[in-house]
Amino acid sequence: MSTGTASAKQDTAPAAAVTSEADARDVVCAVRDLVKSYPAVRGRRGAPALPETRANDGICLDVRRGEVFGLLGPNGAGKSTLVRQLTGLMRPDAGSVTLLGHDLVRHPERASRLLAYLGQESTALDELTVALAAETTGRLRGLGARAARTARDAVLEELGLTEIAGRPLKKLSGGQRRLACFAAALVGERPVLVLDEPTTGMDPVARRAVWSAVDRRRARHGATVLLVTHNVIEAETVLDRVAVIDHGKVIACDTPAGLKATVSGEVRLELVWRTAAPLEVPELAELAPAAVVSGRRWLLRLTPDRARAAVAAVTGGPAFAALDDFTLATPSLEDVYLALGGRASKGLVKS
Amino acid sequence: MTTAVTAGALAPRARFFPALAAVYRAQLSRARVARIPLLFVATFQSVGIMILMRGVVDGGSEARAVVAGSSVLVVAFVALNLLAQYFGQLRAGGGLDHYATLPVPPASVVLGAAAAYASFTVPGTLVTAGFGCVLFGLPMGGLWILGAVVPLAGAALAGLGAALGLLAPRQELATLAGQLGMSAALLLGVLPPERMPDVIVWTRDLLPSTYGVEAFARTFAPDPDWTAVLFDLGVCGAVGVLSLAVATWAYRRAAVR
Repeated sequence: MSTGTASAKQDTAPAAAVTSEADARDVVCAVRDLVKSYPAVRGRRGAPALPETRANDGICLDVRRGEVFGLLGPNGAGKSTLVRQLTGLMRPDAGSVTLLGHDLVRHPERASRLLAYLGQESTALDELTVALAAETTGRLRGLGARAARTARDAVLEELGLTEIAGRPLKKLSGGQRRLACFAAALVGERPVLVLDEPTTGMDPVARRAVWSAVDRRRARHGATVLLVTHNVIEAETVLDRVAVIDHGKVIACDTPAGLKATVSGEVRLELVWRTAAPLEVPELAELAPAAVVSGRRWLLRLTPDRARAAVAAVTGGPAFAALDDFTLATPSLEDVYLALGGRASKGLVKS
Repeated sequence: MTTAVTAGALAPRARFFPALAAVYRAQLSRARVARIPLLFVATFQSVGIMILMRGVVDGGSEARAVVAGSSVLVVAFVALNLLAQYFGQLRAGGGLDHYATLPVPPASVVLGAAAAYASFTVPGTLVTAGFGCVLFGLPMGGLWILGAVVPLAGAALAGLGAALGLLAPRQELATLAGQLGMSAALLLGVLPPERMPDVIVWTRDLLPSTYGVEAFARTFAPDPDWTAVLFDLGVCGAVGVLSLAVATWAYRRAAVR
């Protein structure tokens, strides 16, 4: 970063302030009362009518300097809509977005000079080679020809892409293509990285490359990362703080450990039946109302005592004959999500 | 507060010409991967049309119109039709987000893509024009005018293609608009105007490719009317400036919703 004179004064937050006055200087991105609705769509042949949808409904957030901040929620929760407003791609109906002291609602074009964005689509880069995709992106991010080439080589080396640098993105596997797009996002350093499901389709090696690259940028110049994910395992391992989003609202915001502590009195028991659940067993008939059923799978959140009793019941007698598999685990963010009243866990992924 | 002040500094914007050059280079490289078969199609289509028309026209001004029309048709195929499809696809697939989240002037993206597509047409146009001259026994000395016709007609048609692609509400409509534009250029540009009814001739005058065809056809005459040629090229240039400006506006509109 060069020198600059832009004012970094925080907008005075309304009652919903998320961060205390003392921490305010550390806030990189402040979102207040953000509202965005999509207009109703009239039905056409083959396309049903859609009512007006409120994709973001009064969202307030503070992202602090140097943290990996996550937006977790199932598909359709409003995460991408929120990110599109944070990256200047969409104007909110109401509310404010302040990024490094710049009002992005008034000046959406400034977002591109403050952050690097990795979207879900790679259409713009698909027919380029990995090297040219990275270099062109660097050039368009304002680097000179030589600087763009140097940055390209460094990033490709860092992510282990040098060997496939000459291949078009189109010809790569989904995970490799995603990694190449991530490389393009890193060329031309920005203090803020906005990554929309960056590791989709990646193997563990590529995932590790992504998170080490992120860590290096945090260590080197305190880069801040805003991560969109619906993968709870990833959320638990890489995020410093996470905002859980459902129906366009932030339903919780804390560290993953802090969120999990809210359901620490419970454990999760997952039962998979061979065919149907043996409801003739009285203990199971009793458990049935508490179970979230999807196909042959039952998901239960129970106190440790009740879980122990349930395990005893299913691992002995007639129930055991009907049982295909079971797991007993401490709560994950998925359980937090369900406990907070989120919709069915279908939208969240564990891998 | 010092840290906050430095952190708030805005990174520089990409400058217009370097950004245009980067987009142009990237688009040209796409040709190697995706566009070469289509360039062959464009050329064969025009060559085929000339062979068909050879049985219908009997030399003179009609032959000039056919050769000029077929050559400019290559430009219409690539610059109008394919560019409309490209921008339609880019917009539908979320590809514009990539450019919209980079500090690049919209005009660099639109002009870079348009210039690349206009460049794709050069080999096909030259082959078509050369083949046509041989086929109809026309002089090849005037082919240098293609050096002006291709960029100017290319600008007009690529601007139109980009605008159609970016303004079409759905990807299929962008494709349809591109195809229709090319069909119009084919029917109204290749067929000699002497045999058309008045209404069609007026429509023909509304199509920017017509002026490229006319300028090129005039130069085959033993003593070309250079004022008319310049006027035709001027119309192409003016339409090019206008349509590229509209396309740039459409890009801004499509990028931020």
